[in-house]
Amino acid sequence: MNALVAGAAVAASANRIRALIERHAYLLLKSWPRMVSMAYYPTVTMIMWAFVTVYLRPTSNFLADAPGLFIGAVLLWDILFRGQLGVSLTFFEEMYSRNLGNLFVSPLRPWEMIVGQLVMSIIRTLIGVGAACVFAWLLFNFSIFSLGFPLIAFFVNLIICGWAIGLAVSGMVLRWGLGAEELAWAAIFLLAPVSGVYYPIAVLPGWLQTIAHAVPTSYVFEGMRAVLLEHRFRPELFWSALAINMLYMFAGVNLYLLAIGYARRHGMLMQMGE
Amino acid sequence: MSSFPAHSSAVIEVRDLRKAFKHVNAVRGISFDVHRGTTTALLGGNGAGKTTTLSMLLGVLTPTAGSVRILGENMLRTPYRVLPRINFTSPYVDLPKRLTVAENLRVYARLYGVTPPQARVNELAAELDLSDLLTRPYGDLSAGQRTRVSLAKALLNRPEVLLLDEPTASLDPDVGDRMRTFLEQYQKRSGCTMLLATHNMGEVERMCNEVIMLRAGLVVDQGSPQSLLARYGRENMDDVFLDIARERVNPDHGAAAEGHGEGIVS
Repeated sequence: MNALVAGAAVAASANRIRALIERHAYLLLKSWPRMVSMAYYPTVTMIMWAFVTVYLRPTSNFLADAPGLFIGAVLLWDILFRGQLGVSLTFFEEMYSRNLGNLFVSPLRPWEMIVGQLVMSIIRTLIGVGAACVFAWLLFNFSIFSLGFPLIAFFVNLIICGWAIGLAVSGMVLRWGLGAEELAWAAIFLLAPVSGVYYPIAVLPGWLQTIAHAVPTSYVFEGMRAVLLEHRFRPELFWSALAINMLYMFAGVNLYLLAIGYARRHGMLMQMGE
Repeated sequence: MSSFPAHSSAVIEVRDLRKAFKHVNAVRGISFDVHRGTTTALLGGNGAGKTTTLSMLLGVLTPTAGSVRILGENMLRTPYRVLPRINFTSPYVDLPKRLTVAENLRVYARLYGVTPPQARVNELAAELDLSDLLTRPYGDLSAGQRTRVSLAKALLNRPEVLLLDEPTASLDPDVGDRMRTFLEQYQKRSGCTMLLATHNMGEVERMCNEVIMLRAGLVVDQGSPQSLLARYGRENMDDVFLDIARERVNPDHGAAAEGHGEGIVS
């Protein structure tokens, strides 16, 4: 009997999460400019770095050995960036349309809303980065799948980090209003210098290296360089990134839930909008 | 704080509900019951605390103190037992503008666990004369059409309790009248309990069994529209509203008006 009740509750939750995903899928599917813009920026950035590679390759042993170093880095960076934007923008859409009040008086639980945002983040990331990957293969003969099995490890860690930051940003925008929306575009770039996207962490000054070690993405990009330059997967980097990501995710979810609590106390859920 | 009676016939039970914001005491300790199958109006001027009260009943605003019980469940502790069984509509919230009417309604039907969603959407579209609007983006609709769509959203789950914040505020008299007729018929069919915040006194006289008058966050009077008309010696609810909102004492019914106009009933 208990199993039946639990099963029905899980099915009801899945149905509500599906509703949220459908709501955003309708929006994506009917707006080709939105789809194009999601793929446009990652593709253009990838092309730019690919030409930097073409330019520097004759003078660099690194790039001669691993021509995909920059292209791989930019594609992985975009997994992080698109993953974060996917979470934040899905939430902002509800604020733009003044729909939060309707959602929060429906049976949709906050954790179901989070899951919906995460699924939308994966969809948006696959559309955005997927297009850039296809162009990298067509134009520069670089396949992201040349990273092999470690690609999955990198993807998992980057998207979890993106989710954590996306949830924290959503919480901050709920707390401080759409005036804080710029955080969505700027937040991730705080991590860029200490992530070692295009250079090893070792080139950073000592105090920045300490900060870099607290950032999960630094382990991912070190790991990527190990795969491309040394042709080996370093599991210790994967596990370090995953462990720190768990802390980030815990903080992101809690910031988001705290912001919802704050909004409930201050009557903001019925008023939020453009 | 009062405790709830063990076997109350009330569908909504509010006890000593308070909400203080940083600079405002929006609701200052109100108590009332709404009984099954009735329509109750929350009346009061702007800032009287109507929308704040409705928001607390819906769980989107955390009270500073007090308790709310809906359909026998403590709304503050176990809201998700109640939310699938109630619904609301308000001009202060909206639906996604780029989605069509049908898409919006399907999404909310799924959120409320309505199966199959499309059949219920079609049923409500026919009842609320929305069939021709189903394929149009919600953002392209007139204010009146949006109000009807919001009402359709509020009825998707066949709610046992319907909270309506100014349900006919932006409608012309013809559409407003149709909407009131629809709500009356819906209530007869379904037996649902309705609590509405409104400024339309004609609506109150026509639809409501009970009126709760709020002023500055307090319940200052309550009763059936007929009893309030008699008590204040007025012929329509507009004048009763003005008497209470402006704290006027009717010279012909001074004792009654003073007794109920100044005190806190609940």
